[in-house]
Amino acid sequence: MADTTTSNSIKLGRVAAIPWGQGLCYVVEGREIAVFRQRDGKLFAVENRCPHRQGPLSEGLVGGGKVICPLHSHQFDLTTGQGHEESECVRTFRVAETDGNLMLSVEVEGLR
Amino acid sequence: MNREKRKLVVIGNGMAGARVVEEILKRAPDQFQITMFGAEPYGNYNRILLSNVLNGSQAATDIFMNPLSWYEENGVRLHAGVKAMKIDRERRVVVGAPLRRDTLAYSADAATAENAATVEEPYDCVIIATGSRPFVPPMEGFNGTGAFLFRTIDDCARIADYARDSRRAVVIGGGLLGLEAARGLLTHGVEVTVLEAGPQLMGAQLDPEAGDLLRKTIEAMGIKVMCGVIATRIDRVEGCITNLEFKDGSMLQTDMVVVSAGIRPITEIATASALKVNRGIVCDDQMRTSDPDVFALGECVEHRGQLYGLVDPIWEQAGVLADVITGVNPNTAYHGSRLGTKLKVMGVEVASMGETKARDADDEVMVYREPSRGIYKKLIVRGSQIAGAILLGDTESAGTLMQMFFNGVRVPERRADLLFGSPKGVNLLRASDLPDNAQICNCNGVSKQTIVEAIESRGCQSVSKVGAATKAGLGCGSCKSLVAQLIEAYVGEVGYDPSEHYYVPGVPLEKSQLVREIQSRGITSVSEVFAQLADGKECPASKVGLASLLKTLWPGEYEDERDARFINDRVHANIQKDGTFSVVPRIYGGVTSADELMRIAKVAVKYRVPMVKLTGGQRIDLLGIRKEDLPAVWQELGMPSGHAYTKAFRTCKSCVGTDFCRYGVGDSIALAQKIERRFQGVESPHKMKLATAGCPRNCSEAYVKDLGAVAIEGGKWEIYVGGAAGGSVRKGDLLCTVDTHDDVLLYMGRFMQYYREHGKYLERTYGFVERIGIETLRQILVEDSLGICARLDADIQKAVDAYRDPWAEAELPAYPAQFSGPELAHTLEVAENNG
Repeated sequence: MADTTTSNSIKLGRVAAIPWGQGLCYVVEGREIAVFRQRDGKLFAVENRCPHRQGPLSEGLVGGGKVICPLHSHQFDLTTGQGHEESECVRTFRVAETDGNLMLSVEVEGLR
Repeated sequence: MNREKRKLVVIGNGMAGARVVEEILKRAPDQFQITMFGAEPYGNYNRILLSNVLNGSQAATDIFMNPLSWYEENGVRLHAGVKAMKIDRERRVVVGAPLRRDTLAYSADAATAENAATVEEPYDCVIIATGSRPFVPPMEGFNGTGAFLFRTIDDCARIADYARDSRRAVVIGGGLLGLEAARGLLTHGVEVTVLEAGPQLMGAQLDPEAGDLLRKTIEAMGIKVMCGVIATRIDRVEGCITNLEFKDGSMLQTDMVVVSAGIRPITEIATASALKVNRGIVCDDQMRTSDPDVFALGECVEHRGQLYGLVDPIWEQAGVLADVITGVNPNTAYHGSRLGTKLKVMGVEVASMGETKARDADDEVMVYREPSRGIYKKLIVRGSQIAGAILLGDTESAGTLMQMFFNGVRVPERRADLLFGSPKGVNLLRASDLPDNAQICNCNGVSKQTIVEAIESRGCQSVSKVGAATKAGLGCGSCKSLVAQLIEAYVGEVGYDPSEHYYVPGVPLEKSQLVREIQSRGITSVSEVFAQLADGKECPASKVGLASLLKTLWPGEYEDERDARFINDRVHANIQKDGTFSVVPRIYGGVTSADELMRIAKVAVKYRVPMVKLTGGQRIDLLGIRKEDLPAVWQELGMPSGHAYTKAFRTCKSCVGTDFCRYGVGDSIALAQKIERRFQGVESPHKMKLATAGCPRNCSEAYVKDLGAVAIEGGKWEIYVGGAAGGSVRKGDLLCTVDTHDDVLLYMGRFMQYYREHGKYLERTYGFVERIGIETLRQILVEDSLGICARLDADIQKAVDAYRDPWAEAELPAYPAQFSGPELAHTLEVAENNG
């Protein structure tokens, strides 16, 4: 049995598929995850839907570790998931580059 | 711990009953097991909107505040259609009886259903919110067909029904509700006469002079008004009303009678339960009746000798009662309410507060009259405070006056400022005079206390910082001056917050400084701006504004980083609430062809477009297209982009002009097409919507467009700029009158270029034209006072020449993932990783 700290690493594809300074949406086991590639090379992954009105965060403006939802400009910190509105928060995931590949870590229990 | 819940029985399911339950649930969702008795067989509804139901502008279902499901969701049991008859205070149960469906719920002798068992509900606490019933002045013959009260949803239905077959109607009662009933009846096409026993209309809110002015305004709408008359008898022939007889023996022909002559508290249950009753059920400052376990609120209550019939006092009572009964604040006290109201009576603005007449010679009375416009203003000042005010026809200052009146604020020395506003724009209302709990920001409900806390303990010393901390001023913004006053009062002066003047939030420079830095350093990309001018810190909220600025500063050399574009400009389509996009192809001047329509139809079928809609700009919108389908949709349409998603020239509407219209004096279609072909895709600080009109009848709305051309007799064209008909409405200003289509193109282009250069980012032309002034614009753009016209003409030509259809990116995307939809991750390649 996997305990809750066990995580799976899922290969999403090539890092270069994401344009500089933008995001892309990946569907992982039926769940939409937005992955961002900042111009400074930093990668972030959060759940794709804005808690406000389900706007697609992957289409938002990105920079300085923040994303702005394209629908009503709600803002989120990509490291913590905390929104500008105190009550709003998105889930974050660990994502990293290995040999040019985009690897997403997903806690087994958490994703289910 | 599973404590037994206390049993609360609420008698009455109107606005007061429902409100107090909501207030209680807000404070203590689990403290009570709540049961409600409602004599009407519905959930509760907003009685204030009843006249809309009568005149048909709202459906009965629209005015329900809490639908029946609300009761279930909140665990409230509702006995609908059951009337509480008595509180048995010995056995501690409330006894109720089901009413017959056809009975009048509020009548004292409402018939109970036969053979129906009574209902008994045990209680720990009871709240009586039985409200009031209409007062029927004594007259013979009221009971019978054709005579109605105006009080409930059922009344509305019955009145509307009967009015259909009636020619004449009489409304008895010239108060607020009576006038509303008259307005409702008017929409049913009957002749309406309003009878008022007193000497004037709306005697509770207006003085005789204002009442008289209102009467004239209402009579001009076709309603007859008779004051000082008392009806004594309704005459019928074969069951149908024929006449109304008055005390003086005179008569009035009518087919129906509606009574709306005030209300009386419903107190039978209190009397039957041996509680203390005067005019209403007597309550103390905690809203308790003479039995400490029985509370009451609303129109059935008498508090300190006063009865209330407006919602605001009832809301206050509900708050106090909920505080007391839940124990959240058992010593809260209701001190009575100052009465003030702002409303529209048959389209006439009325505001009234406090007393309508001076009490004695010491009261100061200010009056202003402007009969031709139906305006009357009166102010009564006593001891430097407002004792009362009446505003008729113009209620603009009502908000300030009411704040002062409700909070007992000292009025300024110049009383005229109270009625007309102060000439220097100085604030009449001093925030420091308001009590701590006064609401400063009415949009976001922020109190003075909350703002002061943010200023004192959280160090917010500018209006924007207070806004960020409390949300005050972030709605309509009209309270910002009060916030600034509070900062001044508590820390001495409003801190100069330079960030309020930055061009974008992420780069600490004002626009002129920013432009200087960008030009002297030769910065051509957004990422370089962050690197050189913001310590390398990217700010997503600043990207779009910077991109717009750079593009204007470096028309040819701008380095177009697509991540600095808003999604709409990345994919040349407008994002919708569900993440799909809308596609609007360009239809020059609103003229299309069978061929284009067939292609549009084919695309709509093939891509299962959920909605095809005509736009206000004479185009066709395909809504609900997936991002990944955009390139194929564009290719198959074979039409260029209509730029309906970006800050640029949008469209030029036209009327049919001289082609077919018998009034047309100029060829508006050809001109619109020329305009659209020339300026398509030209970017600007905000969108530009245009129109051409073939004559001054203005069918294409050219007067209210960012730029409009209107043909006038003699073959000339007028060019209007700065019009708007969106959230703001403004008629454009006449820039100049010219002779030919080419001249229209010339001056329009010149104006556009000047706007592109001098408009602030996201400033529409209506704001721009107002800021610069039409006189100045005429001097610069028509008389060439600055000698820049030739240069402007050359620069707009460059922008026109640079046009490329963005939908050409369908063939060659600007970057690989431009139109990527969600990628399906392959979970086969899973690596175990103990972390």
